[in-house]
Amino acid sequence: MTTAKHSSVPSTSAAPLERSALTSALLNRRLWLGVLGWILALVIFFPIFWMIVTGFKTEAEAIADPSLIFSPTLENYAEVQSRAGYAKFALNSVVVAFGSTLLALLIAIPAAYSMAFLPTKRTKGTLLWMLSTKMLPPVGVLVPIYLLFRDTGLLDTRTGLVIVYTLMNLPIVVWMLYTFFKDMPKDILEAGRMDGAGTLQEVIYLLLPLTLPGIASTGLLAVILSWNEAFWSLNLTSSQAAPLTAYIASFSSPEGLFWAKLSAASTMAIAPIVIFGWLTQKQMVRGLTFGAVK
Amino acid sequence: MATLELKQITKSFDDTHVIKGVDLEVNDREFVVFVGPSGCGKSTLMRMIAGLESATSGDILIDGQRMNEVGPADRGLAMVFQSYALYPHMTVEDNMGFSMRLAGISKDKRREKVLEAAKILQLEPLLDRKPKALSGGQRQRVAIGRAIVRNPSIFLFDEPLSNLDAALRVQMRIELARLHEELDATMIYVTHDQIEAMTMADKIVVLQGGEVEQVGSPMELYHHPRNRFVAGFIGSPKMNFIAVERVSSDGEGVTIKLPGGETRQVPIDGAGLSSGAALELGVRPEHLVLDEQGPMEGCIQVLERLGGQTSLYVQMGDSLLTIMADGDVAYRVNDSVRFGFSSDRAHLFDADGLSLAKLHRHPLAGLRRQDNRAPSDAVDQ
Repeated sequence: MTTAKHSSVPSTSAAPLERSALTSALLNRRLWLGVLGWILALVIFFPIFWMIVTGFKTEAEAIADPSLIFSPTLENYAEVQSRAGYAKFALNSVVVAFGSTLLALLIAIPAAYSMAFLPTKRTKGTLLWMLSTKMLPPVGVLVPIYLLFRDTGLLDTRTGLVIVYTLMNLPIVVWMLYTFFKDMPKDILEAGRMDGAGTLQEVIYLLLPLTLPGIASTGLLAVILSWNEAFWSLNLTSSQAAPLTAYIASFSSPEGLFWAKLSAASTMAIAPIVIFGWLTQKQMVRGLTFGAVK
Repeated sequence: MATLELKQITKSFDDTHVIKGVDLEVNDREFVVFVGPSGCGKSTLMRMIAGLESATSGDILIDGQRMNEVGPADRGLAMVFQSYALYPHMTVEDNMGFSMRLAGISKDKRREKVLEAAKILQLEPLLDRKPKALSGGQRQRVAIGRAIVRNPSIFLFDEPLSNLDAALRVQMRIELARLHEELDATMIYVTHDQIEAMTMADKIVVLQGGEVEQVGSPMELYHHPRNRFVAGFIGSPKMNFIAVERVSSDGEGVTIKLPGGETRQVPIDGAGLSSGAALELGVRPEHLVLDEQGPMEGCIQVLERLGGQTSLYVQMGDSLLTIMADGDVAYRVNDSVRFGFSSDRAHLFDADGLSLAKLHRHPLAGLRRQDNRAPSDAVDQ
């Protein structure tokens, strides 16, 4: 009896103490992680923020000591718009980004299908080899591609850019689709085959509807990568097929550097894709972390 | 309606031989169960019949027609998968009607056939639901319904009950047997559960290591297993094996020396055995009898009381034997018990694990499933 009483005294008084110490440690941890996260986000976002702000300054304010106090003006936007037609570049960007994505998906879906469902001994090697081409610096093949484009009349055409972007994104698109298809239960496709579905019907009625979220996030990524690509667009286009990346670059040329105008042009160039990315972020995160977290 | 014949079927993946020459005949309207431990090749064999896997060599004949090169949908078969493999983005009705949709059958006609099958399986109220809104048992029934609408000559079931809980499994087992009666179709069923095999099959095919160990009716396999593997696999709890020695044999059977030194005669043909040959005595737990005058003795290690019965796990020498005894036995763990066995139920296996022939055939060994019921009784259990 006495021993029981003895032992019960410290345990009842110690338990809440320990618990509160534990919760406060947890809260602390969370707080610090939160602060750290915000700092990181600000560091990443700051250049974009500064670019947007600079776009509303005059040229003089833009090169003066950095300050957040100024009277905002839209004159840069007006001038930028009058000097080079934003719409033409934007249209090129849309056509090239979505066109190359569509083409890449059309090629990658059958490729990923055969790799996922009819693998051979060399499938894994092929996949790795495809991905390894992404490690090659693009400038290494600039001259041959430039010459090929010149001889085939593809220089400064949307078609040419669509082809380059398709090839550029194909490895990653095939790889992503492959992981999505791999995850699809084989039984369902086999049940379809027992029900009389040929390969094409299998793909259209079963595979595509069931992997649509994966295909969508793969497509989104390809659109964003194509939209942001600058190396090929700067080297292979001049006026006709130039997308928004070339539009930005055109403001850093002959007459000198106009920071405010450059900022206004950049803001306009990235706005569509930022809004697009923001609207589809859920889908994107799902697609990018697929396979890593299951 | 439909017969199936396999002739010297083999299957190899690279250097691994999964199926090593299987011969089998399945008669019209027969319920055949492939049973065996995991990795024995039973599922591969079924997938080859379905056409989802090609045979490396040999012939697959359905109704006498060679089907090796015919696609899965054109063999006149339907398969129910272990995972159900329902199309998750389609309603129950669309799932069941998918094969007809692919075949270009009109919507009205499709609905008519789906309703017909739904009626048999009591699925009518669920037709508009998606698979994720169904319970395991309901999904199973939809998968069966999808097979029924195809009007197949042979149904294939690949471990269809293994994802269900125990109570539902018993219920579906009964339902499948009922369905077999109602549809009057040939059915092939793969399972690793020997109770499913015993309760549903007209004919059991026991497989091990890609080879057929024995084909026969459930009672045939239980009473006359061809070898030690089949004897151990069929029956629950497993058969006990006891090392014995042949003493003599005559027209009445073989006299053997048991571990304790006592001898007994069992009615088994011992012709050709040399004196002193090492044999194994096989006795099922239900045929070991507690008996104070019994020839063998052991020490109880574990005691499981099931109410009506008690399982005794008895250590005798190196082997742990199982004895099914009456529910009310008064023994405790570490008690020593004496026991005997009913000699006409005993089996003997030679050094190669093959059964020695019994002198008398068991009266029920030739029993077929339909012999269990009166002519008017439709439900088979």
